Amino acid sequence: MNFFTEIGQYFLFLRLTFRKPQKWSVFWRILLLEMYQIGIGSLAVVALIATFMGAVTTIQTANQLLTPSDMFPTQLIPKFVVGTVVSTSSILELAPTITCLVLAGKIGANIASEIGNKKISEQIDAYEVMGINSASFVALPKIVAGLIMIPSLIIVANFLLMYGGVLATKFTSALTYDDLILGARLVFHPEYVRIMMIKGFIFAFLITSLSAFQGYYTEGGALEVGEAGTRAVTRICVFILFFDLIIAQIFLGL
Amino acid sequence: MIEVIGLNKSFNDRQILFDIHAQFVSGKPNLVIGASGSGKSVLFKCLVGLLIPESGQILYENHDFLSMPYDDKLKLRKQIGMLFQNNALFDSLTVEENVEFPLKMFSSMSAQERKHRVNECLSMVNLVNSNHKFPAEISGGMKKRVGIARAIALNGKYLFCDEPNSGLDPLTSRVIDDLISQLTADLHMTTVVNSHDMKTVKDIGEHIIFIYQGKKWWEGSKSEIDEARLSNPELNAFFQASF
Ligand SMILES: Nc1ncnc2c1ncn2[C@@H]1O[C@H](COP(=O)(O)OP(=O)(O)OP(=O)(O)O)[C@@H](O)[C@H]1O
Ligand SMILES: [Mg+2]
Repeated sequence: MNFFTEIGQYFLFLRLTFRKPQKWSVFWRILLLEMYQIGIGSLAVVALIATFMGAVTTIQTANQLLTPSDMFPTQLIPKFVVGTVVSTSSILELAPTITCLVLAGKIGANIASEIGNKKISEQIDAYEVMGINSASFVALPKIVAGLIMIPSLIIVANFLLMYGGVLATKFTSALTYDDLILGARLVFHPEYVRIMMIKGFIFAFLITSLSAFQGYYTEGGALEVGEAGTRAVTRICVFILFFDLIIAQIFLGL
Repeated sequence: MIEVIGLNKSFNDRQILFDIHAQFVSGKPNLVIGASGSGKSVLFKCLVGLLIPESGQILYENHDFLSMPYDDKLKLRKQIGMLFQNNALFDSLTVEENVEFPLKMFSSMSAQERKHRVNECLSMVNLVNSNHKFPAEISGGMKKRVGIARAIALNGKYLFCDEPNSGLDPLTSRVIDDLISQLTADLHMTTVVNSHDMKTVKDIGEHIIFIYQGKKWWEGSKSEIDEARLSNPELNAFFQASF
């Protein structure tokens, strides 16, 4: 399958998926289950990564900016600058993008192999024969759940990134809690939060829809299910980075 | 009634079905027999719309299934129950939930009524005390029976059974055969059964279609088959190999 037929097939798949659920009561129940799996299921890994990443970013930024060098004598750079760098990079990049790259591996592979397994064991066919729009039935709750939970996880990640930064200040004398928070407050801009959320929704859609797509068109056996999972993750990562660049250029490009 | 006209199906230039013409009547089981790989399952999947043939028509009460809009297809499919060759049970649902699933999706029954119907269907296929097991926890024959129970749960007009009694013991096989023929007569369903089992043919073969290498080779009833064997070596070979 070449690139363009795949894109075409992807949009046809989306058209099949975005249809009114045949039975709302069943849809809500599945949606709640998916929200639990996507949201609560990924909370621990997101929390862990965000906290560590926040600490590491703070330590490294402080090290770069506050180490005396010939070019920039330390006195020239106020300490709170570390806080501005950490907080803006968290909001704009670390919280949405890195979190979603991690979730691509976790949620994306999971969705692709779950749907792929349904496909090869003819469960998808069974839905179709019953008169159920199988694409919509298996993919729509996952996509909607992703659109709700992934941006929420990103918000959590953002707080924990700052929390990681705060933790890091406890281990260094070069930077205090007040420096960090002052810096973060100085540059805080509601526009940045908007960009973070736009990224979150777009990435959430990419993660869930691309993985569902890869799973839904799996042919063959267990081996192919595994391949669908891998393919989904690579596709998602590439597209996340691509859209990351586009969004950065649109909203922040000079 | 289902009518198949001039059906051709191939996969990547390899033709599987050649110009199939057939009529599946209501009220008595229609049997499709043939050797492994002759294209029976492919024919079934074409009939229910899971595979799109290159040419031909499939008429459900004179409405062409292939040229129907998607939403009409969905509507028609609510009338179709199918037992897949490898069951296709929903592996995240229990036995009970599998049978309940079509009821949940398409009926307005209350939970109580659904439970009643589920137990009714499960007892029809002689499967009791397994309600809360998952498909991975039951035997092959039990899966078959869950598949049949799920296919008949909604009381549809059409029933397709792809090898309903492969993997069943002879006794349960007969029970399933009788069940299928009983349901077909009682509910005046159009039933298409695909089988290897000559006992099934002898038992409920009111209308038999023999597929040989993707072509319809012979058509008739169980009372005609003995005579037809004399002049039809392929049918005879298939028949004799079964005993
Ligand atoms: N999706 C597919 N892609 C390519 N070839 C296929 C596909 N499905 C079936 N075939 C081929 O079609 C032929 C007929 O297969 P089919 O499953 O209909 O056989 P069958 O008559 O049901 O056999 P059995 O009694 O063993 O179930 C086989 O040679 C098979 O390789
Ligand atoms: Mg078969």
